[in-house]
Amino acid sequence: MSDNGQHFVADHVKGLPRSGIRDFFAIVAAMPQAISLGIGEPDFVTPWHIREAAIFALEKGKTSYTDNLGLIRLRREISSYVEDNFGVSYHPETDVLVAVGVSEALDIALRAVLNPGDKVLYHEPCYVSYSPSIVLAHAQPIAVGTSAEDQFGIDPERVEAAWEPGCKVLMLNFPTNPTGGVTERAKLERLAKFAIEKDLLVISDEIYSELTFEGEHTSIASLPGMQERTIFLHGFSKAFAMTGFRIGYACGPQPLIEAMMKVHQYSMLCAPILSQEAAIEALRHGAPAVAKMKEQYHRRRDLIVRRFNEAGLNCHSPKGSFYAFPSIQSTGLDSLTFCKGLLDQQEVAVVPGTAFGPSGAGFVRASFSTSYERILEATDRIERYVEKLSKKA
Amino acid sequence: MSSVLQLLLEGERLDTAQMAQVLGMSESEIEAELTRLKAEEILLGWRPVINADRAQEGNVRAVIEVKISPERDGGFDRLATRIARFDAVESCFLMSGAYDLLVFAVGNDLRDVASFVSERLSTVEGVLSTATHFMLRAYKEQGYLLLAPSDGEDKPAVSP
Ligand SMILES: Cc1ncc(COP(=O)(O)O)c(C=O)c1O
Repeated sequence: MSDNGQHFVADHVKGLPRSGIRDFFAIVAAMPQAISLGIGEPDFVTPWHIREAAIFALEKGKTSYTDNLGLIRLRREISSYVEDNFGVSYHPETDVLVAVGVSEALDIALRAVLNPGDKVLYHEPCYVSYSPSIVLAHAQPIAVGTSAEDQFGIDPERVEAAWEPGCKVLMLNFPTNPTGGVTERAKLERLAKFAIEKDLLVISDEIYSELTFEGEHTSIASLPGMQERTIFLHGFSKAFAMTGFRIGYACGPQPLIEAMMKVHQYSMLCAPILSQEAAIEALRHGAPAVAKMKEQYHRRRDLIVRRFNEAGLNCHSPKGSFYAFPSIQSTGLDSLTFCKGLLDQQEVAVVPGTAFGPSGAGFVRASFSTSYERILEATDRIERYVEKLSKKA
Repeated sequence: MSSVLQLLLEGERLDTAQMAQVLGMSESEIEAELTRLKAEEILLGWRPVINADRAQEGNVRAVIEVKISPERDGGFDRLATRIARFDAVESCFLMSGAYDLLVFAVGNDLRDVASFVSERLSTVEGVLSTATHFMLRAYKEQGYLLLAPSDGEDKPAVSP
């Protein structure tokens, strides 16, 4: 066969979309002069004291494997951080697993609990990995749309309507990438009741929780009866600006963490020790730096939302994360065409909403993880672009 | 702290219109706040933070420890102010410890600073002694690192 090995690729991997988005990313990468609002990570570098802790650990010769679950010192810090900030108590010895980012934690959670053919409910638009991760675990993703009218919080009724026999897991991510949506406590309570009624396991990715600008973040794991059926995922990438350290964690009931540990042990062994040491420092002394970054994100959010609305793009104010998700429906263009035109004519990169699932159609994601000056310049250009479009129409 | 002042301290160069955008205030509100900050002498000026090594060849800076004798009325203030008025003095602080004033001085070259110390500073009545330390190299200036290479080039321009 002369297909270069193509026929060896597994069917379910073949079936994963390699959408036009990747091609769009490639175009952006080839235009270094463009202003990018497409970056899904903090523009801040990791606070120095955290980097310094990693250097110090390296200096001391910390270059070994660790316990599969992660350093116990780190798991203790995680346990008390989660208890203090989310009101849920986990045993550091048995209920906490340190992973290579929330990315890995999510993957092993799904692989640990899903049998082939199981169904997973998740809300959309969502982080790009969700649906593929479910498929890679040989399960079936069932998307539940969220909408601008609800500011992209989840509507429990829609979850209930989407439920079908065979659903085993409900995946949640608040604040949401790409919409910044959050879900208020009352609705989470209703979801929790539904999860209990239908015996669903909830996997809750709360990676943006520190970056909640309004109201208090509620973890579904903290609601009555939920801890025993929730895998809580969190990490250091966003709030502590530690994306490159590749470190995150999962907390949950012991049997589930044990199951995840098996997958983790045989695929990853453990998270890198230097990153674990850095994470300990982050949890012990990182709060002031997090607060300072959050303050800046908050101001940038207010700025970008105001500018989008002035530019004629209807934009709700995201309650968390560092993403704005303006509607581009007024322009009459689809997301990808809008983004390509914007890049081409004004050299500004934003991400088409459809990158985050079909229900992102009519929206774009603009990250405000960048300076005021760039936000101002980018939104000025977007305004000019939208003006031109409306003249043409 | 006033939000305008906080924004200034973040250090991005923004004009009044841009500051108004960032803070969601009108330009006149920003102007009014700046005027107030200046009037109350909270905001003293607008000097940029520069890397002196790159900007001005031959510019020499020194820190000088100065011992002075306090006066019956006013302690150190009169003498300190008198020293601080010299153009060569960039900043001047009253210190606890082994000496009284810490003076940051600048000149075109070594001799310039030396002559300031020997002819101007030490001859002021009430100055008891001076110890001058020349600065060799700056590593950080008002929060900005000077020697660290800044590259963010490995970061992808778009990420999920
Ligand atoms: C919702 C969400 N979950 C998980 C991740 C991945 O995080 P980590 O860097 O911890 O793997 C991201 C990163 O963009 C994200 O937006």
